[in-house]
Amino acid sequence: MRTSLLKWSLGLSAVAALAFPIIASAQLTKYDFETRMNMESHVGNITGHAKDGAADYHRYCESCHGVRGDGNGETAQWFDPPNFPKPRDFQLGIFKCRSTPTGTLPTDEDLFDTIARGLDRSGMPQWSTFTKQQRADLVAWVKHFSPRWVNEKPGTPIQIPPEPEVTPERVKAGKDVFARVQCWKCHGVTGEANGPSASTLQDDLGRAIAPYNFTEGSRPKCGETDQDIYRIFMTGLDGTPMPSFADNIKPDEAWDLVFYLRTFMAGQSKEKTIAQQLGLKPVDPNAPPPTQ
Amino acid sequence: MRMETQLCFCGKLPWWRSIVTAALVLVFLVLSGSQRANALPAFARKYGLRCSACHESWPMLNYFGQKFKDNGYQMMNDRDAPIWQNPGYWPVTFRITPIWHRVSTGKVLIDTYPGTGSATPNGAAIQRITSSGFDLSGLDFHTGGTLEKNFSFYVLPSSDPTASFHFETAMARLDNIFHSPWLNLKLGKFELDNLLSEKRILTLTGNGGVYQVYHFIPVGDGNIFGQIGDNQLGLELMGHSVDDRTRYSASLLSSNDGNVNLIMGANSYTGFFTASQAFDAGKLGVERIGAYAMVGEAATYYPTSGSVPNVGAGIANKSFHREGFVGQFYFGPHVDLQVVSQHGWDNAWFGQGYGNPINTNGDGGANCPSPGPCLPNNIPGTTLPVGSQAPTWNGILFEPHYVFSPQLILIGRYETIRMSRQADGSAYTAVGANGITGPTPSSFGNISTYTVGFRYNPFMTSRAGFAWHNEYNWLHQDGTGPTLGLGTTNINTSELLMGFDFDF
Repeated sequence: MRTSLLKWSLGLSAVAALAFPIIASAQLTKYDFETRMNMESHVGNITGHAKDGAADYHRYCESCHGVRGDGNGETAQWFDPPNFPKPRDFQLGIFKCRSTPTGTLPTDEDLFDTIARGLDRSGMPQWSTFTKQQRADLVAWVKHFSPRWVNEKPGTPIQIPPEPEVTPERVKAGKDVFARVQCWKCHGVTGEANGPSASTLQDDLGRAIAPYNFTEGSRPKCGETDQDIYRIFMTGLDGTPMPSFADNIKPDEAWDLVFYLRTFMAGQSKEKTIAQQLGLKPVDPNAPPPTQ
Repeated sequence: MRMETQLCFCGKLPWWRSIVTAALVLVFLVLSGSQRANALPAFARKYGLRCSACHESWPMLNYFGQKFKDNGYQMMNDRDAPIWQNPGYWPVTFRITPIWHRVSTGKVLIDTYPGTGSATPNGAAIQRITSSGFDLSGLDFHTGGTLEKNFSFYVLPSSDPTASFHFETAMARLDNIFHSPWLNLKLGKFELDNLLSEKRILTLTGNGGVYQVYHFIPVGDGNIFGQIGDNQLGLELMGHSVDDRTRYSASLLSSNDGNVNLIMGANSYTGFFTASQAFDAGKLGVERIGAYAMVGEAATYYPTSGSVPNVGAGIANKSFHREGFVGQFYFGPHVDLQVVSQHGWDNAWFGQGYGNPINTNGDGGANCPSPGPCLPNNIPGTTLPVGSQAPTWNGILFEPHYVFSPQLILIGRYETIRMSRQADGSAYTAVGANGITGPTPSSFGNISTYTVGFRYNPFMTSRAGFAWHNEYNWLHQDGTGPTLGLGTTNINTSELLMGFDFDF
């Protein structure tokens, strides 16, 4: 009888010991699920609700990004990097186009803008046809896929100082920055995406990825204004080999680099005219990098 | 016991249950595999997007699809040129619809016999004719897309159910001229820039498968040129804002209703103009309002050779115009309402039957084509009968949709067209082109029609489109029913249709 009681006690203890973490986990999962389903986004005075974005996600986004937002929609298999990058895996909570420092979550505005702008040279079109409310709802739905949004806050957007006047000195200084931080290793000395490392690049998931070709006339992925270009190399494109240069380039130098990069880009620009007047030659990859 | 069954498959199942289970698995695999094995609609395949991305319900475009079309079938992601496609990619889609339908025409003139076996009719009666059976739509070969970045095209050889083909669309377009979305130039045969596209209509019956206001011609009127629902030959300048909120188009068209070989007027053209603006209405969606106008002239006199009209040499142009408003109103993600209005005006000569060269006789009857109708030719010296006047009319259509999901849409439509002025006025005493002696009753030729239906897409992928289509249409027209004597009678027709509408 005592043996039987002992067996029952041990058995119940074992069951309780096993059940507790399962129940706790289930509670946590339920909390996590509800938190995610109630995810909101805030863009200006618009509040997006995840549940309201589900239908549009199903209609417009799911075929690429997948039901679970893992980037494995039915057509993802046909995307062939680097010419057609694979759809973003929202579960990772890692985004290229941010106004926030590298490693941090983007702001709701960042995702909101990305949806409307699209991503050139990828399968992501410009969804500028949505209403602002639809976009805000979709932002909330995108956020609901990743636990990062439950546990972390978005980073603080970097400060972009006012754009200075373009001068020949600044364009020349930009060339020095371009050489010093070795942009040419991937983007090439003439910005044609043919640097010595270009063909070896991979994203964080081990997929081939191509550097941006400044000369072909397409828009940079994360925006085409001078401010956008400044932001791109000061925040980096997370998940890709493009790092943040916030620690290597001072804000004033960053503008110099923007002006120099403009000399590569298709179409006429003041920077290009200055470069032609200066007779600016491409950086010499064999020369020692200029000191800061 | 139940838990054991669920958790452990180690128990022995009866042999027949194993076979049934295996068969069900096999059926499931075959069915799921067969969906993926369908061939590819051209654009969805190219861009990897589902039909629902561009279509509110295939084939009707949603706002994003309209923007894609306005961009010259481009996503504007710098990967639109065919050079980025796998060389095996062929931008072709086929569409055909096997159907069952039941057509009922309320009043048909029927010969009657004396009941003696005589083959000669001795009288006539009016009765309803109803027929039903399995049938087939025509076949469309859609091919379109980009020739290079900012050079797009669309070619659509289309057949009737007997496989007699014609070119429904054949055009090339220069997109984003000077890198501006406001400048796009199209040349060829194409659908006019109607916001509510008849070529992408969600209904398929004979009367419900077209928008009546896009084709309305007063009974007896000879102007076949003002049909904005027909694809036309010409040149179109079109522009839009980057987000497509603002759109305009201006087209110069030959007044030939899209018929090739210059068979109409020697020098007659039509202009078609549209403009629209969309607004962000928050949770309701994007609302759009716009206007259109078609202003043109067409020949009424076809010089004759040996009393046979020279088609293509038409002169004595007379004018016509159509104008109206278009609204696309969304009330959240599920409900929307499309509205088109129209005011039409034809010159009095058209009202008296002049204009259409195909059935025009050369000398007032001697060379009347067979089968008719025999339309008059405005030979020099012809005058209009006293009381002739320019016919005018007003029409409106309402088309609400309930989009339950991208896979299921409920469709309704109500259209009405009312004559506001008949071609044969109060002083008219002759036999008009509509066959009525004297003034035409004011409601003669008025149309009312209702259509209801639904389309269900059992699957939704980027590879093929399939809709189970069900529809009912009822049309009423004042005064055009057959009669056994004087006066006029109204006529009702209805059609019930069910079919599988698919493209691949």
